[in-house]
Amino acid sequence: MPNSNTYKLSFLVLSIILIICFLANISLGSIYIPFKDVLHSLIGNSTEQETWQHIIQNYRLPKALTAILVGSGLGISGLLMQTLFRNPLAGPFVLGISSGASLGVALVILGSSIFGGVFMSLLISKWSIVIAASLGSSLVLFAVLLVSLKIRDTMAILIIGLMFASMTSAIVSVLSYFGSAQQLQQYIFWGFGSLGNLSWDELMIFFMIYSLGLLISLASVKSLNTMLLGENYAKSLGLNIKRSRFAIIISTSLLAGTITAFTGPIAFIGLAIPHLTRQVFNTSNHKILLPGVFLFGAIVMLICDSIAQVPNSDYTLPINAITSLVGAPVVIWLLVRKRKMVF
Amino acid sequence: MIEKNKHIILKTKEVSIGYASKKERTVVASHINIELHQGELVGLVGVNGVGKSTLLRTLTHVQKALSGDIFINGKNIQQYAALDLAKVLSLVLTEKLISKNLSVFEIVALGRQPYTNWVGNLSDHDIAIINSALSKTNISDLKQKKCFELSDGQLQKVMIARALAQDTDLIILDEPTTHLDIYHKVSTLKLLQKLVKDTHKTILFSSHEIDLAIQLCDRLIVMTPDSVVSDMPCNLITKGVFDSLFPKDLIAFDDKTGTFRVKK
Repeated sequence: MPNSNTYKLSFLVLSIILIICFLANISLGSIYIPFKDVLHSLIGNSTEQETWQHIIQNYRLPKALTAILVGSGLGISGLLMQTLFRNPLAGPFVLGISSGASLGVALVILGSSIFGGVFMSLLISKWSIVIAASLGSSLVLFAVLLVSLKIRDTMAILIIGLMFASMTSAIVSVLSYFGSAQQLQQYIFWGFGSLGNLSWDELMIFFMIYSLGLLISLASVKSLNTMLLGENYAKSLGLNIKRSRFAIIISTSLLAGTITAFTGPIAFIGLAIPHLTRQVFNTSNHKILLPGVFLFGAIVMLICDSIAQVPNSDYTLPINAITSLVGAPVVIWLLVRKRKMVF
Repeated sequence: MIEKNKHIILKTKEVSIGYASKKERTVVASHINIELHQGELVGLVGVNGVGKSTLLRTLTHVQKALSGDIFINGKNIQQYAALDLAKVLSLVLTEKLISKNLSVFEIVALGRQPYTNWVGNLSDHDIAIINSALSKTNISDLKQKKCFELSDGQLQKVMIARALAQDTDLIILDEPTTHLDIYHKVSTLKLLQKLVKDTHKTILFSSHEIDLAIQLCDRLIVMTPDSVVSDMPCNLITKGVFDSLFPKDLIAFDDKTGTFRVKK
């Protein structure tokens, strides 16, 4: 195709921007570390100051990598949901993945006062939050998947996902009502989202599940493009709708589920990045969109994280607030400038 | 007659169509026996609600026949795997596209999906077929246009080109002329006629343009509440089938001109 070279160029430019953002993200923070030393540290040489090496390897590098995984993963799962449900308002959490995770976390943090004992002892371990979030989102997802195998109409699945989401948030409300102020604060802080708490071990597990989700999404590119014609056309082209739908939902839940489990419910990125990418590349072809969303998601997340760290200060703002504050104006500007929504 | 030597693409044997639920069976039409041959343009006509759509949905395996068998290229439609059916039967539907932001080339290229690998990469052979489908439908110059830039008539041609690119023996179109003005109705049907001649594919379409269908089709399937008749248009006129097509209070069929006239 005649356009493929311009796409290749755009991808090259975006990849370079991604690398710059990655390095800048590591370089910026409460203490400024010069680019030169960041590079030295990353290729294994020693830095000017011992502590820098320590900061980079134990804090900033895992955080920057997490940002890339979170941004790209949420962007891709948002894209999958928007195409599957033919709905520009869909995002990674429409199927109730984040509400499921919230329920799990709420049960651990807030439920301890009600259920006592067992949960109290679990609270000590940081893993308990991750496990509770994963269990919660898997539970909701399992229910949605069961329903999706029974139901022919894709839109009904969307509504059922929303119903599960409101049921779980209702339970969270009840739990909050009985929770103590301190527990509530802990729960709210989890809801702010955080990229910085992952150890290398956790990051490895995160990366493995993420990769599986990413692979399934890559394998779904063809069926996603076919779905753009509508389900009846897709069927007439020999596409197995139920199987493709299953793969897309599994991929989304692996991506969005692990991300929520490890970093909390990070809003906005999943909804906005696919729109940003469509506007910039002006296409609905998933062969272009998927790598585009990957790059944009990672870049935007790195930038948001750099801002949230408030360079040269000791503050760390909630990442969830920054993604919306930075991202929303960008999307509004794009839509106003082009006067037309590309979907 | 030459017709008898022609290869039979689609054949139905005592098919009855309708809807079955656990409680009851609603039969829309029964004893349907039709044969479509290679290289025929076939029109499906009948009054609103007589079951044209149900018949097309059954022939395209969207819904099951209540009884009887449907054969495509001699093989029972039940025995086709979805992907194999997609290689012998393509559709042009009335439903709107989900995304109009694909280019004409991209839409037509989707017709190659049953043949491409897991990522959907197009081979040179695929691209040649896509380009030939574009030129056969006279839309090569629209190739890089986005679908939201097109008129309804152009969009219809794009969907026909997409079906051509699917490279099937049989193409079935559901009311391809709705929403079009008389000129574009004729131009769409003429295009179908030309495609049948050029490619020797069999094209079946449902339509309310009975006058045009009589003039352009090699064969017509006429659905009335009592029967489903399939024959050449001139034979159908002699048999007087069209007289019984509509209630007689408002319009009447004129045998000499082959058109319907409003009763004065």
